[in-house]
Amino acid sequence: MKISAEEINKIALLSRLEIHEDQVEAVGKQLNDILSYMDLISQVDITDVEPTAHAVSMRNVWREDVPKPSLANDKALQNAPEPEDGYFKVPKVIQD
Amino acid sequence: MEPLTIHALHDQLVKGEISSVELTKKYLAHKDAVEPKVQAFLSDNRGYALEAAAIVDKKIAAGESIHDLAGIPGAIKDNICIKGQQATCASKILENFRSPYNATVIEKLMAHDYVSLGKTNLDEFAMGSSTENSAFQVTRNPWNTDYVPGGSSGGSAAAVAAGECVWALGSDTGGSIRQPAAYCGLVGMKPTYGLVSRYGLIAFASSLDQIGPITNDVTDCAIVLNAIAGHDERDSTSIPQGPKDYKQALVNDVKGMKIGIPEEYFSEGLDATCRKALEDAIETYRKLGAEIVPVHMTHTKYGLAAYYIIAPAEASSNLARFDGVGFGMRVPGKDIVDMYQKTRSAGFGPEVKRRILLGTYVLSAGYYDAYYLRAMKVRTLVKRDFDEALKTVDVILTPTAPDTAFKIGQNTDNPLAMYLGDVCTVTLNLTGLPGMSICCGYKDGLPIGMQLISKALGEDTLLRAAYTFEQNRPEFHKRSPMGEVEL
Amino acid sequence: MKYESVIGLEVHCELKTKTKIFCGCSTEFGAEPNTHVCPVCLGLPGVLPVLNKEVLHFAIKAGLALHCQILPYSKFDRKNYYYPDLPKNFQTSQFDLPICLGGYLDIEVGGETRRIRITRIHMEEDAGKLVHSGATIDSSDTTYVDYNRTGVPLLEIVGEPDLRSGEEAKAYLEKLRSILQYLDVSDCRMEEGSMRCDANISVRPVGTEELGVKTELKNINSFSGVQKGIEYEAVRQAGILEDGGTIIQETRGWEEGQGITVSQRVKEGSNDYRYFPEPDLIPIEVSTDWIEEIRKELPEMPDARKKRFMAELGLPDYDANLLTLEKQTADYFEAVVQAGVEAKTASNWMLGEFAKKLNEEGISADKAPVQPQALAELLQLISKGTISGKIAKSVLPEMWTSGKSADQVVKDKGLVQISDTGALEEIINTVVAANPQSVADYKAGKKKAIGFLVGQVMKQTKGRANPGTVNQLLVKNLEQ
Repeated sequence: MKISAEEINKIALLSRLEIHEDQVEAVGKQLNDILSYMDLISQVDITDVEPTAHAVSMRNVWREDVPKPSLANDKALQNAPEPEDGYFKVPKVIQD
Repeated sequence: MEPLTIHALHDQLVKGEISSVELTKKYLAHKDAVEPKVQAFLSDNRGYALEAAAIVDKKIAAGESIHDLAGIPGAIKDNICIKGQQATCASKILENFRSPYNATVIEKLMAHDYVSLGKTNLDEFAMGSSTENSAFQVTRNPWNTDYVPGGSSGGSAAAVAAGECVWALGSDTGGSIRQPAAYCGLVGMKPTYGLVSRYGLIAFASSLDQIGPITNDVTDCAIVLNAIAGHDERDSTSIPQGPKDYKQALVNDVKGMKIGIPEEYFSEGLDATCRKALEDAIETYRKLGAEIVPVHMTHTKYGLAAYYIIAPAEASSNLARFDGVGFGMRVPGKDIVDMYQKTRSAGFGPEVKRRILLGTYVLSAGYYDAYYLRAMKVRTLVKRDFDEALKTVDVILTPTAPDTAFKIGQNTDNPLAMYLGDVCTVTLNLTGLPGMSICCGYKDGLPIGMQLISKALGEDTLLRAAYTFEQNRPEFHKRSPMGEVEL
Repeated sequence: MKYESVIGLEVHCELKTKTKIFCGCSTEFGAEPNTHVCPVCLGLPGVLPVLNKEVLHFAIKAGLALHCQILPYSKFDRKNYYYPDLPKNFQTSQFDLPICLGGYLDIEVGGETRRIRITRIHMEEDAGKLVHSGATIDSSDTTYVDYNRTGVPLLEIVGEPDLRSGEEAKAYLEKLRSILQYLDVSDCRMEEGSMRCDANISVRPVGTEELGVKTELKNINSFSGVQKGIEYEAVRQAGILEDGGTIIQETRGWEEGQGITVSQRVKEGSNDYRYFPEPDLIPIEVSTDWIEEIRKELPEMPDARKKRFMAELGLPDYDANLLTLEKQTADYFEAVVQAGVEAKTASNWMLGEFAKKLNEEGISADKAPVQPQALAELLQLISKGTISGKIAKSVLPEMWTSGKSADQVVKDKGLVQISDTGALEEIINTVVAANPQSVADYKAGKKKAIGFLVGQVMKQTKGRANPGTVNQLLVKNLEQ
């Protein structure tokens, strides 16, 4: 399985990570090694096997519609890099 | 010499032979002496610790009974949230984060009057097997400081093994409690998935993570488990189980216990000395009356591949929230996308980035079926192997790792080699089954770990098997060279 | 070439549970920014979601009312994308196993009833609100995020492309809102954002089966906007095809002010949501017992109620339709009828004066300060002849503000109708004597002239005369 430079750039964008041009090859090689190992699972016969998403067998876990106390505004913003007037401030929002 | 234990110190506290404040001060003094060499801690909590110890002393003086764990210095891995304290996950991106809430396990520990000396080092976001991936410092193995303590809970394991504290909490996603416990000659347990609440554990891979104890002996392990286990309504994956006393399982008897040995875990990758130690341990069980049964786990080798698809996939989603908007580090950008990219690229280390990229890839359009979906089906097959085997045996015995601790720097350029070391442990996270590691030998001064596995909610069986071994092979219950604490 | 529009609507409704879908924060609208938040809905490190059972309850209720199949096994999934209104940078939603599949609702347009199929309904969490520093997102250098709305429960209702016009789309939304209001699961007010709608539109030559390339229309803020936006877009697309061009599959925004749709093209590949099962939430298995319990909770739905109003109460289609749009109105109406008022009379008043007062105050019928019993009393005063209909119209506002009963207001203001023929005859004699021209006109054959004379008598009695009696007596007087 070979992951192309184009694909690396695509998944980097999807992950919001910057990969500089001169690193793409090195990153690609590491990912390729790992992906080649993962190809091991293509050898397994999975006919009629259901996927497992959870390690527990419970069903129907839920809570009643009862209000609980919220955080005060200052607590909510306590870790915010740029709080302003009770809001979280962010730079120009673009549609990607 | 044996290390000091929670239960021995508890007796001393209750008898008035030592106070909690005195005890805490002694441990702090020892910590100050050895920490420059070990580097297990990311924060120092002594103010809170001494306050908490004083409260315990007041209770004892008033004749109140105290919990087993009360007043005995421990440590908490820095991916577990304590209100008002840091929770960095050993990452620059959370360097200045202060949690506004307590993890459920912390609330439970508070009810037990716990004392913590600080938050411990880990591989960044719990991703790694050596603690070398920490953005802040490298922790060293107290048995030999040129070697890694294991990971990702290397800080917790090293702190206990170096005698800087008596017990610690770690987290385990692919072996991150068991493997460092093995490398540091300690007892480490990954409980059944859902037995211990994950609320407040900063998530790596949600369907695999569990919090668990790292202790000097099996009794201490039961004591810590008693304090942290139990249903939590804030965690939807929490098993609806009522309180249980795991100390009841500490029985020195394995007569008639069936112990399964899967040959797939004893393959040619296993170091020869380790193999010998394990065979020796198996022989001990046989002599004590256990029945040794071969079992087959045919999908073992696929388990590791499935793990390295599922874990990064979930991680890539769990770590998306670290974006500089609401909390954590922010690197300014010309617009929001630029800010996201700059922040995450500066804030995450290379291993974390690698796993995020991998995770994003295996979930992306065109690859989901071949990788993620397939891995979830392999997970089912691995579970079937275990379920089948555990129908015929009570406990499965394997090595915890293919070898003892490796040298610092040995595997940093080879991520795949690092991943392959997890082959014995990841299957328990995939299946949710409980597992423990205890010491069963030494090689060149470094401890060898043996892993015991049982069925879901079979912690009592594990504890009994481990306790029996420990009682009959006391030579493996040793302190590390720097682990002697003078009281 | 004639083209027909093919439209499918995607509607999001905020559910009116007390708390959010995955945490206990209040869902109340209008709070100060970032005050209805907690570690869970802020997406802080280490938090976990727990499903609000009432959200599931409401979803099943809506599914049953829309004739959907409730899936016996359903689960949540993560939809991964980055945007500042999404604290975790993923939305917990439902992908391949939504709570409801299939279903339909009926609309009536141009006298014709059409069945519009529903594809699916699923539960998901809402995102936060962005407040931009400038007038639009593109003209702003900074943006302010308020997370009060993150985690508010949403129901996403996806319709099949069975709609064929903007008018039908509007009718679909009106019917959907009506149904959800009857169930009391959502307020469905587009102006408040508790109901949002995106439209998928394509056109094709009339008589063909194959679907054309569709565009997605966003930024629709009103029911009329849906209709106009769709109509515009259909014409735009038909125009392109007529000229031999091809439709680009894209997202377009409806610009209400200019009355046009504008392209909002998004970068290639940025919509790979990488759905995977939500590991922090446990799958749902709804029992048939619970489904049947919920089915029993369903009130009489708008269509059925309208039919009953027409069949049992003899109301015309127009009246029955308007009265049953909102459940509170229909409930109020029935209470008035049950108190003894004739159906059409009650209807006229509910759709007339009463509706006027409600609109003035911007409230629904259940919030009216005049109870159904009180309105019934007022209407009975008219039928008894105690007051005229015209006088009654002035009594209602007085009842509204003072809280007094109709009886009380009439007594206080001395509004009892004068029907005493003796008293009226005296006034009539005066009026006839004072208006010889009208009398002459009447006698000359202009029967309508009597209207003026009736008016004069009414004026003399300050409107309290019984107009019917006045008319009778005047005629008698003039004919003698």
